[in-house]
Amino acid sequence: MIGIIGTKMGMTQIFNALGQQIPCTVIVAEPNPVVQVMETSKAGFASVQLGHGTQRLRRESKGKERTPRGRRATKAEVGHAKKAGLDAPPSTLRSFRLDDTQATDYVAPDVAIGQKITVEIFKVGERVKVTGTTKGRGFQGVVKRWGFGGGPNTHGNTKHRRPGSIGPGTDPSRVIKGKKMPGHYGAERHTQVNLRIEKIDVERNLIYVRGAVAGPTNGILLVRKQG
Amino acid sequence: MHVFIETQKEYLRSDIPPFRAGDTLRVNVRVKEGEKERLQAFEGVCIAKRGSGVSETFTVRKISNGVGVERIFPIHSPMLGDVHVVRRGRVRRAKLYYLRAATGKAARIKDRKIQIARPV
Repeated sequence: MIGIIGTKMGMTQIFNALGQQIPCTVIVAEPNPVVQVMETSKAGFASVQLGHGTQRLRRESKGKERTPRGRRATKAEVGHAKKAGLDAPPSTLRSFRLDDTQATDYVAPDVAIGQKITVEIFKVGERVKVTGTTKGRGFQGVVKRWGFGGGPNTHGNTKHRRPGSIGPGTDPSRVIKGKKMPGHYGAERHTQVNLRIEKIDVERNLIYVRGAVAGPTNGILLVRKQG
Repeated sequence: MHVFIETQKEYLRSDIPPFRAGDTLRVNVRVKEGEKERLQAFEGVCIAKRGSGVSETFTVRKISNGVGVERIFPIHSPMLGDVHVVRRGRVRRAKLYYLRAATGKAARIKDRKIQIARPV
């Protein structure tokens, strides 16, 4: 298998065999059920859809309840989960391509609906890539968003955190596309590659990867093997 | 959060005695020289403790050949052989950074008397 869905638990440090402190992100990945399998012969590509978490179901009898509280699974989601033999529909569904690898001798793993993917697919020392959604920072200026230097704070200067000139004058008479400007920053997909797996805790379903990954605590993460 | 603390537990050491800033400590550090491993003592005043859980550290300061030397140790590091509390000192703050500038009489730390509960 090439990946698993998990959530970020937080960062800690562990001591390795040499006595060095290793900064680690702890990722919780409960066993992921295989919900759907796409084959090259039928769909044109090979992929596996995994589920993570659970959603509440519609109540059998609503009784006196007027407004449903919280999010409940739709009929479509319930049906999709039922096909995979699950009682509760997963709150997160993610597909993992099995054929997007550069290795020529790669053999796609044999997976079937109903199987569960656990953290045991990873080994200590292996390199992985971790995808998450970065923390949203709202509308930000160029200093925070793009790392501009900003202007001097003193000596009569009034342009402290401004971008400065945004291009030449009459000749193009426009601003070049892609110019780095203030705007919305964060809350976007980010993949951190080449993270080393430092530890696997099969009992607690935990993966320890070296370094930081995108997103807040409890954010959804995809941990994939480096292709 | 509860589970998170559980994951740190296996790295925590329980053999380090409790100490505070102001205490004089003798820290035996594992030193690797080629193949051999030996213990090297570092004795001085603990001037600060910071952090919590596995990332807790403490700073030990000593005067070596007239030069002030400070070392920061992670409390739960397997590189620490053991820690002895040589003297308990009475100080009025948690971070004794003023010792860096103090010399002579000002750099002294008074002994802390430990109250022993009297049997009733």
